[in-house]
Amino acid sequence: MTEQKDRELYYWLRLIREFEDRISAMDKQGKLMGGVYSGKGQEAVTVGFCHDLRWDDWIFPLHRDLGAFLVKGADPRRLMAQIFGKRDGFAKGKDSYLHGGDLGNGIFGATSMLAATLPVAAGMAFKFKIRKEDRVAIAFFGEGASSRGDVHEAMNFAGVHKLPVVFVCENNFYAYSTPNELQFGVDNVADRAAGYGFKGEVVNGNDLHAVMATARKAIDRARKGEGPTLVECKTYRYHGHSEHDRADYRTEEEVITWESRDPMILWEVYLEKKKYDVEAIRNETAERVRKAVDDAVAFAEGSPAPEGPEAMEDLYAMPIDTEAR
Amino acid sequence: MLVTYIEAIRQAMDEEMDRDKNVVLLGEDVGLLGGAFKVSAGLLDKYGPDRVVDMPISESLIIGSGVGLAVQGMRPILEMQFIDFISCGFDQIVNSAATLRYRHGGQTACPIVIRGPSGGGVHGGLYHSQNPEAWFFHVPGLKIVAPSTAYDAKGLMKAAVRDDDPVIYFENKFLYRRIKEEIPPEEFVVPIGKAALRKEGGDLSVITYGSPVHAVMKAARDMAKEVDIEVIDLRTLLPLDMNAIRASVRKTGKALIVHEARQTGGIGAEIAARIAQECFEDLDGPVMRLGAREAHTPFAPAMEDYVLPNQEKIIEAIRTLAAY
Ligand SMILES: Cc1ncc(C[n+]2csc(CCOP(=O)(O)OP(=O)(O)O)c2C)c(N)n1
Ligand SMILES: [Mg+2]
Repeated sequence: MTEQKDRELYYWLRLIREFEDRISAMDKQGKLMGGVYSGKGQEAVTVGFCHDLRWDDWIFPLHRDLGAFLVKGADPRRLMAQIFGKRDGFAKGKDSYLHGGDLGNGIFGATSMLAATLPVAAGMAFKFKIRKEDRVAIAFFGEGASSRGDVHEAMNFAGVHKLPVVFVCENNFYAYSTPNELQFGVDNVADRAAGYGFKGEVVNGNDLHAVMATARKAIDRARKGEGPTLVECKTYRYHGHSEHDRADYRTEEEVITWESRDPMILWEVYLEKKKYDVEAIRNETAERVRKAVDDAVAFAEGSPAPEGPEAMEDLYAMPIDTEAR
Repeated sequence: MLVTYIEAIRQAMDEEMDRDKNVVLLGEDVGLLGGAFKVSAGLLDKYGPDRVVDMPISESLIIGSGVGLAVQGMRPILEMQFIDFISCGFDQIVNSAATLRYRHGGQTACPIVIRGPSGGGVHGGLYHSQNPEAWFFHVPGLKIVAPSTAYDAKGLMKAAVRDDDPVIYFENKFLYRRIKEEIPPEEFVVPIGKAALRKEGGDLSVITYGSPVHAVMKAARDMAKEVDIEVIDLRTLLPLDMNAIRASVRKTGKALIVHEARQTGGIGAEIAARIAQECFEDLDGPVMRLGAREAHTPFAPAMEDYVLPNQEKIIEAIRTLAAY
């Protein structure tokens, strides 16, 4: 990779981190309403899968993947407005967090119902296939969500038709408080791929190089019409399930161990190996991301709060006769 | 004993589990975490992992396995982390649980309780604010309860656990820690199918349930000089306590039904139709309804407030009806 790309990837990791940190801080200050689900610690997964996608590929982020929004091209300012529930958010305030997608950039907004996006991603990939478009759909889901029937149903269909979809399981070892061993009886979620007739791969989700290499293979395979892949990224969320969760169900030791495998630190080590001026890159990047997030926050704060009657907008595509109703 | 609404639910589950070893609790994060809202705090330690079960994330599984347990004589309490996720278990409720007894010609009962936090007013957005009781109101074979007080929360939970039919128990998360009440220390059960007369009045009946009960009671007090309101808290939605509804409307001649769930196709529609038919001769005004507007429950506060009923809208509806 070129130095420019190495730096750029570092920028994305840090931008997401800065975004997450700022949101958590604002939540603590009581500036945000509703649930906040930090993806801090999992940045390499979203950067690794989204960075090299084409503009007309589609992603289906899970509830902590605000990083995926950013890397896929969502305007950080609108994303922040979305989190504030403001009019300039993707949902125009009708919901917050990642429940409003940015369809123009190929970013699908999920419902809360975990993994309900997977059948949708499969359907979209089916269209790519029947119209012979070399586009791919990337569907993210948690290891907890993997217990839902929607996951099985989507993968089964994708296997039958060899659809251009990549299923990305972000295994951060907990689903809220529930550990892997109470969630499934296999060692790896990726082991299930065999049951659908496609390939499953396990990757260190904190190692951006590893994620990118695996992502590239899976995406190429999908684009060439060779069918889906299930990639399981082993990673960790530093924060609780939501900002309200103290996460007493895990040990401090475990958190510290994972912090030592931080995706951003790992990337800095790599930059050092390449003999770049890491100190300078770090400072310059820190400044850039701080500015970007400041700007996003300022925009979101200034964005108007929706007014009551706006609640009635965007329900139907075709006007309805309210008198007749 | 002074308890919150949520503590009342916890106590009822604890006491029922203590009383009957066939009572088990299944749900996501109900054990180690004690529930997302801490409604099952301490129960894993007390009853162990065979009776307080942290389930994989699948509402369909939680409810379906509950049916299997029930056929074996167990009495499972099945938690939906938020009631909004009940839609992910829809088939197991309406096709599996609700028809279990019927399709076996009465050979078995289905003593399950499906419970979870419902309701808006907390900026929960589209998927953490729902009031889906009407979806299930349409299904024969189910019972539905929706307590508005700590006393009823406890008593109805006990009744639900002891009931041999599938009961959907709608908790109101807005009320979880907002209300605190003195309840008797000794054992009590609130029967399913009985409404509560919260306030007697002669001019107008307001029939309601869940969190709007409190807004309606406040309106009744605030408007005492203007109009003498009678307040019926349904507590059970299926089966409806038509005796209580008829008695009240026959006395006052006016009925307003208030619920937080969508007005169109809501439970109020059935009640209004029954009143129109059964109390026609007694009515002095149109049967009125107030529910949520024709939209999803949005996140941003002004829009949420616009969609959901509130104190102001309740007062306005009462004034309109009182003027007839
Ligand atoms: C169908 C459904 N059931 C329950 C929930 C409540 N819930 C939200 S996130 C979550 C845990 C998800 O765990 P996982 O899939 O591993 O993703 P993570 O949060 O760890 O990223 C639960 C149970 C939900 N959103 N959807
Ligand atoms: Mg997880």
